[in-house]
Amino acid sequence: MKRLSPFNITALTLGFAFLYLPMILLVIYSFNESKLVTVWAGFSTKWYGELLRDQAFLDAAVVTIKVAVLSSTLATVLGTMAAYVLVNGGRFMGRTVFSGMIYAPLVMPEVITGLSLLLLFIGIGLDRGVLTIVLAHTTFAMCYVSVVVSSRLVSFDRSLEEAALDLGCNRFDAFRLVTLPIIAPAVISGWLLAFTLSLDDLVIASFVSGPSSTTLPIKIWSSVRLGVSPEINALSTMMIGIVTIGVISASLISKRNSVRAQKDAQAAERSA
Amino acid sequence: MRRFAMIAVPYTWLVALFLIPFLIVFKISLSDAALAIPPYAPTMKDGFTALIQGLDFENFVFLTTDDLYYKAYLSSLKIALISTVLTLLVGYPIAYSMARAPEEWRATLMMLVILPFWTSFLIRVYAWIGILSNEGLLNQLLMWLGVISEPLTILNTNIAVYIGIVYTYLPFMILPIYAALDRMDDSLIEAAEDLGCSRMSAFWLVTVPLSKNGIIAGCFLVFIPALGEFVIPSLLGGSGTLMIGKVLFEEFFNNRDWPVASAVAVILLLILIVPIVLFQRNQQKQAEAEG
Repeated sequence: MKRLSPFNITALTLGFAFLYLPMILLVIYSFNESKLVTVWAGFSTKWYGELLRDQAFLDAAVVTIKVAVLSSTLATVLGTMAAYVLVNGGRFMGRTVFSGMIYAPLVMPEVITGLSLLLLFIGIGLDRGVLTIVLAHTTFAMCYVSVVVSSRLVSFDRSLEEAALDLGCNRFDAFRLVTLPIIAPAVISGWLLAFTLSLDDLVIASFVSGPSSTTLPIKIWSSVRLGVSPEINALSTMMIGIVTIGVISASLISKRNSVRAQKDAQAAERSA
Repeated sequence: MRRFAMIAVPYTWLVALFLIPFLIVFKISLSDAALAIPPYAPTMKDGFTALIQGLDFENFVFLTTDDLYYKAYLSSLKIALISTVLTLLVGYPIAYSMARAPEEWRATLMMLVILPFWTSFLIRVYAWIGILSNEGLLNQLLMWLGVISEPLTILNTNIAVYIGIVYTYLPFMILPIYAALDRMDDSLIEAAEDLGCSRMSAFWLVTVPLSKNGIIAGCFLVFIPALGEFVIPSLLGGSGTLMIGKVLFEEFFNNRDWPVASAVAVILLLILIVPIVLFQRNQQKQAEAEG
């Protein structure tokens, strides 16, 4: 039995305080009456009201969500295909280049990815807007999706797919009916990861967005450069709230599923 | 046929949107500034074939003549290195204590480490402005406690940049170290202690070497992105904070000097290749050791 020493307890308390205090303070100060963000002047929700009346923020939010949904969906399709090819595709010409191109964007500084994509879009004369942001986000997010999905594919029992092939499925049906349902949890977490990466991206979007396609991070960036603003605190609180609810409910669902799967496995063992 | 499509679609996508753009950066870094100006005019498109002619190393030579770039590279390396060490010092005790925590807490502790990663990076950096500024919460607290009488200047200095990097990249350090420590067999520590090791020396002689791979992985995961960081030095750093990501961004957007910005990008990548290759080796070695 392991016991926590006083040192362990101190490290955990201080560590998690460091991780969470800044965000908790941000949330508290978003309900501050005063425009001076560091002076507490009483509870108020007026900054939320101001935020929801600010058309520029609402427009940016719509663009951001549009980009995130489109790019994460495309990235999930492409990333899953790439992972499948890398794990099960066998040998083909240019395989090393392919796997290099999957891993390189993960470590590529965002400023370089943004710069290079912008130069491409200008080179081929593509106007910057929602489309260019979607293309850019899809490209780097598909690499993350493919890493997440391939880690699941590696542990996947290929004999299941071979059985489906023996029983008359063609390769595509075997993938669709057998492999895909089994790797679905990884595909879903890949999608979620791609979605948050897209919501979060400032640097790449700054390079490839046009004047009519300002995303939320770009909008936040231009106002926080001038210092702390209560409206941004309110917006941050809303974003933190949504993420927290999302992550907690996702973990509860996956916990329930794994408990159920465990029960099923036990039941199967007993009946066998 | 379908197998071909499975390979061809993602392959083509990455060639078109990753490889070719990168080659363009490389090419522009070798071309003259005048050809790419004005940057937004459609002449850029006509000038594209012309670009292939005047290729030379002028921009790279320019980078060596102006010591701004040289200093920016060095200072990025310094800032990334110091913040990596600081992140390790902060992260190791947390990861260590997590691995010592009772079984039933661990999933929750893991989730608490990962959760900040899902919230916006920009917001997490922004949260520190209100804490570190001269009238900020930290100074208010310290003055109220009577530790200081004058507010400390932390925001817009390199110290704020270190705090920002440690804060935002801490999960990247904790997770691989925790994974390494979690696999460790506790009886090894007991054996060391039975054989006469003190607690401290058992830690240094057994625990630390066994978590070596986690430490290396965590350090690379912090060092590599910190080197090209742009948001943190721009928001928390001052005018004296030189980091190459920031220089590249400003060169591109404020000075509109595309060839120089591209040359800066190429050199940044060359500097990054060493840690990236080392990181890959470490991961491979680890995978082989486990497999």
